[in-house]
Amino acid sequence: MYGRGLRALSLATAATWTVALGLVFFYAPLEADQGFVQKIFYVHVPLAIVSLCGFVLGGVLAIQHLRTRDARWDLRSYVVIHMSLILGVGTLITGSIWAKASWGHWWVWDEPTLVSFLIVFLLYATYQPLRFSIEDPERQSRYASVFAIAAGAFVPLNFAAVRMSTGYVHPRVLGDTSNLPGPMALTFLVSLLAMALLYATLCKYEMTAKHARGQVRALRRKLSGEAQAQGRSAAPTLHSGSSGPSPAPSPRTAGATAARSAGASSAAPATSSTPAVGRPGA
Amino acid sequence: MRRTVGALLRKEFLVELRTLESVPGMALFAVSTFVVFHFALDATSVNGKEAAGVLWVTLLFAAMLGVNRLFVADAEQGGFDAFLLAPVDRSALLIAKALALLAYLAVFELVAVPAFGLLLLEPSLGQSMPDLLGVLALADLGIAVIGTLVAALAVQTRARDLLGPLLALPLLVPIVIGAAKASAPLLAITAPGASPARWLLGLGLYDLVFGLIAYAVFDFLLED
Repeated sequence: MYGRGLRALSLATAATWTVALGLVFFYAPLEADQGFVQKIFYVHVPLAIVSLCGFVLGGVLAIQHLRTRDARWDLRSYVVIHMSLILGVGTLITGSIWAKASWGHWWVWDEPTLVSFLIVFLLYATYQPLRFSIEDPERQSRYASVFAIAAGAFVPLNFAAVRMSTGYVHPRVLGDTSNLPGPMALTFLVSLLAMALLYATLCKYEMTAKHARGQVRALRRKLSGEAQAQGRSAAPTLHSGSSGPSPAPSPRTAGATAARSAGASSAAPATSSTPAVGRPGA
Repeated sequence: MRRTVGALLRKEFLVELRTLESVPGMALFAVSTFVVFHFALDATSVNGKEAAGVLWVTLLFAAMLGVNRLFVADAEQGGFDAFLLAPVDRSALLIAKALALLAYLAVFELVAVPAFGLLLLEPSLGQSMPDLLGVLALADLGIAVIGTLVAALAVQTRARDLLGPLLALPLLVPIVIGAAKASAPLLAITAPGASPARWLLGLGLYDLVFGLIAYAVFDFLLED
């Protein structure tokens, strides 16, 4: 279920990226003021837009998790926020390079967009430590969702507040693509699409990997019949029985040892959809 | 609901009066921070923007001390369990804790703000006091709401003393922006002006929105 469509998505991403990079380097005209360095715009802005949308999306998925209590939504929310954080690092780095090239400084404080992005990034940087320092998996996913909802709502609020506090210096890109000359606008939109596809592909890869790892762990537990030493992780782990086409392992065969080992290790299955593993922390 | 909140508030104040864990520590911290600012800035007095910055940094970090202590007793001594056993609305705990934190902030500012006026501020506090009280009230409300939400999130983690401020500071940045912008003209040395209405409005809106968010998600933090 998680792997389905992965190949098609990957190919579409690679193709769109090829087209986007071709447009960036061979089609879009050189900007008169900034010259070649302006090309980073086609990477930086899509990175920022996609990662911010990802943060908000993480909040929406977290609402779904709290409503349904399905661990899959928590996994989605986690993966989406994780990928957005990685894209966020990219945004800050490319933004700094661009700022150095066009304004002469690596960091400019009177830039509302820059500053608010940094604040949002700092807030989301605590997402993983928060997950990591809660032992009980059920509580971990619940608290992470609460965080994701509050932080997701904070993203637009923070942008409004910081924008209120400073002048308008940053090139306004959202909503004024009409100011861009046609070839530039086309290149930008294709780059944005490419970045969104890349984001979706990476999220799908991570979800598939997490799901596969959960399945492997469950199978290994079943084979050895005893506790496996597992590393601690901030990521939510799905019980293999909760989804997927493979037959769910019978709750009985997992046995009491598995249930006890689940209580001992914090990386225990987080879902409550299987009766074998009750509430590990309870 | 009102009776529940009243009972919880009474309990909070009783605990604070008997242990004196939060407010005196916050006040002492604020005064020490003013002394540190005197030496760090190497200035005998501050005014205007600088004064607003010193005041809000100090109040914010002192408030963090109160936020960190807010739920510790409940988590360690079974307060959460006792509350969950009672057949009452869970939002009552959010409201009671936020009101308690608001009261702690108000009491501690009774000490900290006059101390700031005495130790560091160059223009006298008297003339701008009514306006400053308004800014303080709006900012305190926001700190109380966000602080309560963050404290409830952080208290069940292993690194609670670290995570509380890490979570709270980015969320409080808009409050600091509004409060500092609104109080800078009040603390200016030449003809203290009124604080621009849009900052007060911004503070109020942020308080309102985060109050609603906290109200919506708080119940999920109390399910054990």
